[in-house]
Amino acid sequence: MNVGVVILAHTALQRAEQAIRLWVGGGCPVVVHVDKKVDQKEYNAFVDALSDLDQVQFSKRHLCEWGTWGLVAATQEAAALLMDSHPELRHIYLASGACLPLRPVSELCDYLDARRETDFIESSTTEDVPWTVGGLDQERFTLRFPFSWRRHRRIFDFYVKIQQFARFKRRIPTGVVPHMGSQWWCLTRRTLSAILNDPKRPTYDRYFRKVWIPDESYFQTIARLHSTKIESRSLTLSKFDFQGKPHVFYNDHKALLRRSACFVARKIWPRADELYKIFPLPYNKPDEQVGPNPSSADRVFANAVDRRILGRPGLYMQSRYPTIDDEIGVTAAPYSVLQGFTEVIDDFEAWLSKTTGGGVVHGHLFAPDRAHFCDNSAIYTGGMSDHPTLRDYNPKMFLSNLIWNNRGKHQAFQFGPRDTQTINWMMAKDSNARISIVSGAWIISLFLAREEFSDLRKEAARLQKIEHAQLKILRSPFTKARVRVITLAEFVRSPMETLESIVDEISEQPHPRLAEAPTMVKLDGLGAFLQDLRNQGMHPFLTGEFPKNTDNVTSVQTQQKPYLVR
Amino acid sequence: MLRLQRRRWKLRAFRKRRELDGVKNRTAAIKPDDILLFCTFRNEGIRLPYFFEYYRKQGVDHFIMVNNGSTDGGDAYAAEQPDVSLWSTDASYGDARYGMDWLTYLQWRYGHGHWALTVDVDEFFVYPFCDTRPLAALGDWLDASDIRSFGALILDLYPQGPVSEAKYESGMDPLEIANWFDAGNYMISRNKRMRNLWIQGGARARAFFADTPEKAPALNKVPFVKWDRRYTYVSSTHMVLPRGLNLVYDQQGGEKTSGALLHAKFINTFGDRAKEEATRGEHYGDGHEYQQYADGAEADPNLWTKWSEQYLNWRQLEVLGLLSKGNWA
Repeated sequence: MNVGVVILAHTALQRAEQAIRLWVGGGCPVVVHVDKKVDQKEYNAFVDALSDLDQVQFSKRHLCEWGTWGLVAATQEAAALLMDSHPELRHIYLASGACLPLRPVSELCDYLDARRETDFIESSTTEDVPWTVGGLDQERFTLRFPFSWRRHRRIFDFYVKIQQFARFKRRIPTGVVPHMGSQWWCLTRRTLSAILNDPKRPTYDRYFRKVWIPDESYFQTIARLHSTKIESRSLTLSKFDFQGKPHVFYNDHKALLRRSACFVARKIWPRADELYKIFPLPYNKPDEQVGPNPSSADRVFANAVDRRILGRPGLYMQSRYPTIDDEIGVTAAPYSVLQGFTEVIDDFEAWLSKTTGGGVVHGHLFAPDRAHFCDNSAIYTGGMSDHPTLRDYNPKMFLSNLIWNNRGKHQAFQFGPRDTQTINWMMAKDSNARISIVSGAWIISLFLAREEFSDLRKEAARLQKIEHAQLKILRSPFTKARVRVITLAEFVRSPMETLESIVDEISEQPHPRLAEAPTMVKLDGLGAFLQDLRNQGMHPFLTGEFPKNTDNVTSVQTQQKPYLVR
Repeated sequence: MLRLQRRRWKLRAFRKRRELDGVKNRTAAIKPDDILLFCTFRNEGIRLPYFFEYYRKQGVDHFIMVNNGSTDGGDAYAAEQPDVSLWSTDASYGDARYGMDWLTYLQWRYGHGHWALTVDVDEFFVYPFCDTRPLAALGDWLDASDIRSFGALILDLYPQGPVSEAKYESGMDPLEIANWFDAGNYMISRNKRMRNLWIQGGARARAFFADTPEKAPALNKVPFVKWDRRYTYVSSTHMVLPRGLNLVYDQQGGEKTSGALLHAKFINTFGDRAKEEATRGEHYGDGHEYQQYADGAEADPNLWTKWSEQYLNWRQLEVLGLLSKGNWA
């Protein structure tokens, strides 16, 4: 037989026994190292259980704490024992007790037989490897790490800080270029014995003893000095999460493991009975060898890391509540906020919905009486209520829920100075918001109301104050929303350009020239009304300049550009 | 201050242990890695058979339960179960911090070092991969990740039609008759002192508390905890001390792994129960919540709307953003 296996067993020894039997059954001699943490009674029982297999040897036990030298020392001794007792071996495979061969051992042997000179060891320099725990990459080779990261995190961190402060730097032995990679390798006898018999090994060992997580760097680094042909990948499917902790495989990973066509997988949950029952599975066809292809498994686990670190934008839930939403936004998708258009244009919502080819156009969602959803219903998507008290209890969540519930459907709604104003800051800081405002348009409803003039005057002053405060927020340097403000006077003179950009924004594609222009509200006499207000001492500055005689103002089409605040 | 409060609750729980009469103590059978379930109940006999069935299937090894004055024989049924240890009390539920004092004592006594699930009889815990991975898998994974507590959203389920018409029979899966829920109307804010999220919303907030949203029931829970004898729940299982255990959410935009408690409260037993609890006034805020339900037509509400979602499985909840796989893959 050409392949021998070193097994590092820590827990779940029954599963380790099962894996060892698979290896031996496939003809591979095995040397087992059992962590010194396992108590003597359990160890003896384990040795007894395997006593029927004469191909299994046990090496001297070391204490294997995560990230410490013990693991390397254990591997060195076990590997030496294996090579001494089996001079015929050409490759040594390092596996753990939680590893499960996914394919028959014979397929691995054939695969290695065809690659007699190749060392399979993932090994890259620190500059190229972003997966580091605790933000230490290069420093794990230049600082000392005498304390356990798992058990004494504070002392560990403190000692690192001191060394950083003192600009302490260890000297890396000459000729050594630090490399890192998966702990699970498969080396040729030639390379492995060169590593173990290197005359400078005492120097290297002394150095790596104080390096952090040497089991991911010792062989990975030294192999670079001796190997003639390194293939920098592991034959063991082993995935790490964002904390550098291995992902565990369960019964429901059956299909994924099968697709990967890897020879060995780690780590298997000890109680994943089904996996232990069905694997190993043969892959090779009579005339074709199938190589490992872990890319789909890679994708699944990369997604998990993204989900844990970035999450789904615009989602608020029991396990995602960004307190930095100023930076990352509060909504899931772009939406349009339209202010003043319903005042100037007859049945604006229906027109806009039709023009955008069925876009979702709500009424005033934040109106004082209720939330006017587009279908005028009391309950909308996701079970959102139109009740104003419930909405105003947490307006921010109301808006983020609306956008989240309707992902994929651009939402537009009307807004105005009569509505709940508490969400202004939230919308201003949200880069998904597209806010279009015809400033001063609120004057039209007052103009058409024909009520007691002194009441109108008071109301006009109130609305202007509110809108002014809102515009001030939108002009602040913190604003990330896309804001478009045009005065009433300008809009009445040339409405189409603004309307076209709103239509484009909602239909989310460039639109041919608008086929049907909307009907504008008749504003005859508005100029005189505004002048009356001015005469009463109330200056409606947000409406822009109307000529006093506005009888045919809508026919005046000058090319006035709307100005963009941002 | 919080440390003092925690001591106080513990002391109180220790005092309240005298209210508990041991009925059947099988705790000697608990093995070191067993998953425990803690629960208080009163007149829930009709629900118990399915409750046991569900949680046994999820991999609960031992049930530690307190019967608070049942008169429907549910206590005798529970005592017969081979994996149940039962205590009994007729003392006031309200005075015992809504049963928490009793459970805190039992958790202190038997929970130390175990993954402990604390739920009501009408709550069904779902978590990512719960259809293929037992609770022990979740516990092992949380252990390996150095996570001590696991958060869940209470998801109120209701039938399509009046609640009284969802006829429940003993042994039945309540999800067969009440499996609709509100998917996207939850309101969240953060409690800075206890560090927990305060979640309200769902069908109950929109149907019963639209005028008084601040009184709408809290839907945030931390039901699954690697118990330590220093821990104590504060208000039901909404919060737990030390407060670090309430940080079951990520604040930088990422998603932690989380679950949901399917709350099958709204079945035909609901109307009678609401009336009874409203008069008893033993629940939170003197049974204010039940008062709200018991008033007029609301004792038989129809919570269904055309936007209600029908429950399928945990993957559906994940897509809707009501739970997350987080980093567990």
